Amino acid sequence: MSGFTDAKDRYLAHFEHFSANGGAAAPDWVKQTRGQAIERFADLGFPTTRAEEWRFTNVKPIADEPYELTGVPRSIEANIADLSVVSTPVQRVVIADGHFSGERSSICQLPDGVTVGSLSSALDSGNELVRRHLAQYARFSENAFTALCTAFLHDGAFIHVPKNTVVETPIEVLFVSSDADPTVTHPRCLVLVDSGAQVDVVENYISPGSGKYFTNAVTELVVGENARVRCYRVQQESPSAHHVATTHVHQHKDSRFSLTLVAFGAALSRHDVRLVLDGEGAESSLDGLYVMSGKQHVDHHTVIEHARPHCNSVERLNGIMDDFSRAVFVGRIIVREGAQKTDAKQSNNNLLLSGTARADSQPQLEIYADDVRCTHGATLGPLDEGSMFYLRSRGIDEVGARRLLTYGFGAEILGRIPVGDISERLHTLFKNRLENMIGA
Amino acid sequence: MLEIKNLRVSVDGNEILKGVDLSVNAGEIHAIMGPNGSGKSTLAQAIAGHPAYRVTAGTIEYEGEDLLEVQPEQRARKGIFLAFQYPVAIRGITNAYFLRSALNAIRKERGLEELDAIDFLDVLEEKLEIIGWDDSMVNRPVNDGFSGGEKKRNEILQMAVLEPRLAVLDETDSGLDIDALKTVAAAVNKLHKPDNATVVVTHYQRLLNHIEPDYVHVLTDGRIVKSGGKELALELEERGYDWLSSDVAAV
Repeated sequence: MSGFTDAKDRYLAHFEHFSANGGAAAPDWVKQTRGQAIERFADLGFPTTRAEEWRFTNVKPIADEPYELTGVPRSIEANIADLSVVSTPVQRVVIADGHFSGERSSICQLPDGVTVGSLSSALDSGNELVRRHLAQYARFSENAFTALCTAFLHDGAFIHVPKNTVVETPIEVLFVSSDADPTVTHPRCLVLVDSGAQVDVVENYISPGSGKYFTNAVTELVVGENARVRCYRVQQESPSAHHVATTHVHQHKDSRFSLTLVAFGAALSRHDVRLVLDGEGAESSLDGLYVMSGKQHVDHHTVIEHARPHCNSVERLNGIMDDFSRAVFVGRIIVREGAQKTDAKQSNNNLLLSGTARADSQPQLEIYADDVRCTHGATLGPLDEGSMFYLRSRGIDEVGARRLLTYGFGAEILGRIPVGDISERLHTLFKNRLENMIGA
Repeated sequence: MLEIKNLRVSVDGNEILKGVDLSVNAGEIHAIMGPNGSGKSTLAQAIAGHPAYRVTAGTIEYEGEDLLEVQPEQRARKGIFLAFQYPVAIRGITNAYFLRSALNAIRKERGLEELDAIDFLDVLEEKLEIIGWDDSMVNRPVNDGFSGGEKKRNEILQMAVLEPRLAVLDETDSGLDIDALKTVAAAVNKLHKPDNATVVVTHYQRLLNHIEPDYVHVLTDGRIVKSGGKELALELEERGYDWLSSDVAAV
């Protein structure tokens, strides 16, 4: 426990330093929010495994590492385009070591009224939308990491798509971490999509190196009435990195939202997702694929909250686990009182390629309405013997059959992405990940 | 082509086949009939080499070679094909990709060049016609969400693409409506050539109205109790299987 106290003090000291330096110039309301958040963090401290929400994930490795707060981005040698998940024309916002990097970003040809850029400058310019929405969805009262990220609220990406505007090219927010001393960043994203608008957003967390660092990210997304947002989130942090994040999505009436999660990286990662369907007729899908090896640990905690009637949600996460890796999935579906005709489906399938890999899967249903349909299912185990024989009986050898079935397990998730550049790149990333893991 | 002698097979320690003899030559169609639980599927699985079906005695020879030491994938590459009674769904892998992987594994073994996606499509187009399918079915994951009839048709599509020398069709007719049955039977007839052989395992005589066997064998309680020509199938249709079991009991 003393380690956690030390860690807390270290982050409180970071905050003192940050308030006096990089954070000093912010508007008053931001300073106020930060102040509340750091107070909350001081109360909460780093969670122990005695806390229900952290039962399966011990954050000691994060607390023990004396991460420093970066003042300025360090030099990043890699070619940004090589790190990207999008190869066709793209609006790219680069967040380097937690700071918006104008010279590495490429933003062009945006439809009228669309904003894509740095959160820091949106704060500086007194953007009223930012003030109204930032830190209003991802609540920090119960989550120490969200509280920390909010306390260090300073930079990241801000995207706004005004009413009835269609952004044809995907927008990628690329969070790149340099390979220097162990540092912590608290990047923040705010995405506001107004009614009737359409956009595809990619969040890509990556490092060109294999260094130790800690990303503590929060993204808030608001999907307006009848808007359509497709979001892709690719976590390919360095194998030594720590990654903790919260994604909070707030959906209005008749909106359609999809989120595809891909998690391949980090030594220890924890991602909390909360989708709130807060308008009738909203539709949401959450697909996820995680592939882990070595001693990697991945934890997904998802909450899909049906707050209004006639909303549909489909959640499907598949995981492929090798070596001594460990996966955690806790998926909660909440159906609020009056949210009749809710249709919610959830599945979590884990493929264990070694006898020492482990997966814990917990569906949780909280239903306060009576006319709803909620289904959930979880599977866990090695490759199916019957499927192996079927492939072998067609001439495919054992190694090939194993590879094909393993690939299919992930492709089942990626196959739901509309055909195109992003789908292709994610399939390739997945193939490369498998090849590194189980051999080509 | 196929020479089975005194074959005994156990599953989970239970003996299912209790001494089966069967001889199949190139150009022939054999029907294996029998009541449920008689061991028909076990015989089919044993020929394909399912590891859970343990051969405890007897031999299976294929083109003069002892098959028992040969892995299932090698059997396939040597030209043995089993159309499964319950085809397996392979999530995330399209039918086209799966078929090309299988065909290339077989081609590679035979010293033929592997086909790329474009050349393979040409092959596939031609085979799709045989079972009356369009492209849409080959871009779906293998058997995933297929109806029972679609799965059976898919087995025949695989057979058409892989061009086996010995095809064993395990209850391919079950779950098919009469139109689908006719299509499947026509495909099997079309694929039947003087240099290959077909073994049709079926519970019903119905399929044999459309695929005419040279020989009919009746399998009961793990043994072939009667063999004859195609007229035996009609007799079975009329009299059922009971009279044969009692025959054996009387011996």
